[in-house]
Amino acid sequence: MIPGVSSATGGTSAVAVQPRRLSWQLAEVVEVVPETPRTRSLVLEVAGWKGHKAGQHVDIRLTAEDGYQAQRSYSIASAPEDERLVLTVERLEDGEVSPYLTDVLMAGDKLELRGPIGGYFAWEAKDGGPLLLVAGGSGVVPLMAMLRHRAAVSSDVPARLLYSSRSYEEIIYRKELERLVAQDGSLEVIHTLTRSRPKGWSSYHRRIDLKMLKEVGPPPAERLLAFICGPTPLVEGVATALVEIGHDTLYVKTERFGPTGGGG
Amino acid sequence: MGEFRLDGNAAAGPLREVFSFEVTTAQYSCVGCGRTDRLGAAMVYEVRQLGTIVRCPSCDNPLIRLAHNREGYLVDLRGTRYLTTG
Amino acid sequence: MSGGFFSRGFRGRRRPVEQGTQLPPGQYLVEGFPVLSAGPTPRTPLEEEWDFSIIGEVDEPRRWTWKEFQALPSEEITRDIHCVTKWSKLGTRWEGVSVDTLLEGVETAAEFVMAFCDGGYTTNMPLEEVIGGKAWVAYAYEGEPLEPEHGGPVRLLVPHLYFWKSAKWVRGLRLLNHDEPGFWESLGYHNHGDPWREQRYWGD
Repeated sequence: MIPGVSSATGGTSAVAVQPRRLSWQLAEVVEVVPETPRTRSLVLEVAGWKGHKAGQHVDIRLTAEDGYQAQRSYSIASAPEDERLVLTVERLEDGEVSPYLTDVLMAGDKLELRGPIGGYFAWEAKDGGPLLLVAGGSGVVPLMAMLRHRAAVSSDVPARLLYSSRSYEEIIYRKELERLVAQDGSLEVIHTLTRSRPKGWSSYHRRIDLKMLKEVGPPPAERLLAFICGPTPLVEGVATALVEIGHDTLYVKTERFGPTGGGG
Repeated sequence: MGEFRLDGNAAAGPLREVFSFEVTTAQYSCVGCGRTDRLGAAMVYEVRQLGTIVRCPSCDNPLIRLAHNREGYLVDLRGTRYLTTG
Repeated sequence: MSGGFFSRGFRGRRRPVEQGTQLPPGQYLVEGFPVLSAGPTPRTPLEEEWDFSIIGEVDEPRRWTWKEFQALPSEEITRDIHCVTKWSKLGTRWEGVSVDTLLEGVETAAEFVMAFCDGGYTTNMPLEEVIGGKAWVAYAYEGEPLEPEHGGPVRLLVPHLYFWKSAKWVRGLRLLNHDEPGFWESLGYHNHGDPWREQRYWGD
């Protein structure tokens, strides 16, 4: 299939809705924004970007001068309504791709990507709610795209984000989340810190567990849309707990950030 | 360490190289146990390097095996009874 | 795309190859020990369930429990390994039982062997590729029990072929009169898989 080319059948045939074949394109890095000590947001200019749904990801491909390539997937952080495409990348110490993206890449550099990818772990305001978003570490990125989208279209779908970070300093988008909560009565953000916590920290300070989910989430009588994203053990623990509480698996969507596709 | 599975969504890139429809919201029916679900809710192993193996979350039967070679792709769908796009 | 594009300053996590070191064509040296898994990591209880067997075209099937298997004479093996995904590791140290030891006294006219594993993985080879001191069933890596993610409790070790032939979580060998493709061999990967002849895919 040739992207954007339709056969000459005339009129409004089904051709128009055929998805484009996924192809690689060059994006330009407009800005690299430090978010936390280990994460950076890459603000990208992508010519001809056709938009995305909140929760989708892109594939990034790096090519060395001798032709060696490495490829990983990264979640999109920006809302579909935002002017520029933003990815937030966590630096993994033994990673191959992420240290390049966080430490080497600068404004003006080019980056090869393709997308948007993955319609399953995605949310649009018209899908409704209430939303229960559960994040571990950089797993907050695709969920942030959902919250940004929700704010951009002034959706009043009730939303709760339960967000586990190692420490206060490592909370990604902390200020923006505070701002969103302050201006929106139907959004709640609940933090838990698993390693260190600042003096006077009054919220949770342990790993997410069944008890916490019962306290935070809506009762099972209420149909919710749950999106869980983070390291595999967190995602699997939360998904199991939500089903145990009585939520319908059909509405519990998971995205593991693992050592294969997601990380590195 | 120990488990290297990802969600079906993680295979969306490689699968879109051969399927023209959005695969992660498509429904599969598993030859192994008869489960039907969306591919986005299936399990994925070994994305991209040797190949992409999508397995049924109930019985681990490989639903889709996809590998690339010098010319293109080889897709083995014998673990899937059918796919319905959605 | 590509079209001459490269990522400024990107080299990848590869190690420089020292002079005098020869790698098979297209391979590079890697840090660490990458894990490739086509399925869930099996955890078969060793004492109660695990066994290793030689079956198929043999005079009589052979079977060893975990205890019996550990009592077999073992060997220390130091070899380079080469993965079809292009990484190589030099001088890896293993300990295990030679396939020659396992086939001792087995009468067979078979010319092929299919390794079978927990989790359903299979890989095929001509029988001659796993006899004569060329293949082992390994249970230790670098002096430690083989970790589950690397194939523990035991994996096949056929270091002169691409590493997918060194099946993780191997439970036995089926001897065959005819050749049959295994898991990756049926998915476009070369039936033989000699890294020095760069036999990666069908037709190579």
